[in-house]
Amino acid sequence: MNWHGILAIYRYEMARFFRTIIQGFISPVLSTSLYFVVFGTAIGSRIDQVEGVSYAAFIVPGLIMLSVMTQGISNASFGIYFPKFIGTIYELLSAPLNFIEIVIGYVGAAATKALFVGLVILGTASLFVDLQIAHPLAMVAFLLLTCLSFALFGFIIGIWAGNFEQLQLIPLLVITPLVFLGGAFYSISMLPEIWQKISYFNPVVYLISGFRWAFFDTADMPVGLSLLAIGGFTLLCLVIIGVIFRTGYRIKP
Amino acid sequence: MSAIVEIEGLTKTYDDGYQALKPLTLSIEEGEILALLGPNGAGKTTLISLLCGLVSPSGGTARVGGHDIIHDYRAARRLIGLVPQEIALEPFQKVWASVRFTRGLFGLPRDDAKLETILRRLSLWEKRASETKALSGGMKRRVLIAKALAHEPRVLFLDEPTAGVDVELRRDMWEIVADLKAQGVTIILTTHYIEEAEAIADRIGVINRGELLLVEQKDALMRRMGRKSLTIELRQPVDALPEALAAYDLSLSQDRSRVTYFYDTQGESTGITRLLQALSDAGLHLADLETRQSSLEEIFVGLVEAEEEGAA
Repeated sequence: MNWHGILAIYRYEMARFFRTIIQGFISPVLSTSLYFVVFGTAIGSRIDQVEGVSYAAFIVPGLIMLSVMTQGISNASFGIYFPKFIGTIYELLSAPLNFIEIVIGYVGAAATKALFVGLVILGTASLFVDLQIAHPLAMVAFLLLTCLSFALFGFIIGIWAGNFEQLQLIPLLVITPLVFLGGAFYSISMLPEIWQKISYFNPVVYLISGFRWAFFDTADMPVGLSLLAIGGFTLLCLVIIGVIFRTGYRIKP
Repeated sequence: MSAIVEIEGLTKTYDDGYQALKPLTLSIEEGEILALLGPNGAGKTTLISLLCGLVSPSGGTARVGGHDIIHDYRAARRLIGLVPQEIALEPFQKVWASVRFTRGLFGLPRDDAKLETILRRLSLWEKRASETKALSGGMKRRVLIAKALAHEPRVLFLDEPTAGVDVELRRDMWEIVADLKAQGVTIILTTHYIEEAEAIADRIGVINRGELLLVEQKDALMRRMGRKSLTIELRQPVDALPEALAAYDLSLSQDRSRVTYFYDTQGESTGITRLLQALSDAGLHLADLETRQSSLEEIFVGLVEAEEEGAA
């Protein structure tokens, strides 16, 4: 393994993150605070409890998931797209690195950034509501797996994207609707039956449900299914990345 | 000297059927400077991209330092430094961080002393804390070279290193190349500027339409293919050349005051002595003499034209 190479990519990506640390820190604090003011206080005060949890606390796992997914995708996709765009990809391709090392460097850094944002939101949320975490280890595992899998997905988008518009397309058109319709702000059981059934096809439902279970010990879906969903998604992304590098798709003619 | 780069039948055909490089066999000796000359789209950059891992070959093999570029790519690539044609730098990265990043990518531990030496040699040390976007075009090219040298390669590929740079910087670049050669680095450069190849290369390769037309020692090529000309300035212009000089390959300038004689240095005799005698006998008085070797550019144009005529 070329550990120095992996570390070089990781540090390079993290340096980019630290250059904009204020934005990276303030943005999630501000957006979380706004969510709490709007959903937690203004609307939440009219909602009694959801599955035995105050509404303000209920939305915390969904809020964290929403940010972790979008941050994982945007950091990883931009991380690999930018060298393609400015031409510095030649350095990666001519270095003694294999694709696993390149992926560990970029995806590791993107997942770290997503994790940081997730923890900032968790910290901010704990200022507004009294949070109890029922299964801390499972919470950490779900959080890490989500950071990792969506960073992998973002990496694929970054390789595929031919321009900045395409880079934004999937997060905007696919991920945001899936997360909002994935029970981030409500329980699936609150939906009419037909919409509950449709929601079973939304993979994000399983992630948010599993993550919420780790906090409150209640879930829309069986926890095992949630773990299977996130594990399966991670595996699928790894297989796609493997094919990309073997065929040189969009990076090596 | 031994071969450090050995290429056998290396070829590249893209998915759309375009053959960018016909099967090419070439051996590059350690410590030499090889200049690859050719017009745009000739296949120079494709060859470099294949050897450096930017493009996958369609056939053939290549070894660098005895390591196959596909099966033993890690060992092969550790020996190679690449300076690309286009200036590609992360605009917000500082020079020092940029060079350190490349050294890391190539699997080497941090060595600040080594990087300082490289930056000083390229007159970049004072700029080490500058973001690359703040540098001039010439300085950016130097940063690309510093990055390519950060892992101490034995073979350096320079793809059009002086494209679009001013004359002064071009001469600077030649000095850098000469300095690297003195340290034993093998250099393969592609260029449009024949003057450049003529000035710094040991060997010249000519590529056109994806085919290597020839590879030869520069001096031998110049001797073999170069014609010389002797220009004689007359004291008084003449209306026409005297009949007695008709046997010589002469041309008279438009102002009728200069006569040019073409001759072959490889021939048994240049005929200069007899020509001067004949001029004197014809009553022409000489004011000055000048000889000139045909440039590599003329040789190159001749080769490419001959090849294209052959292809037509």
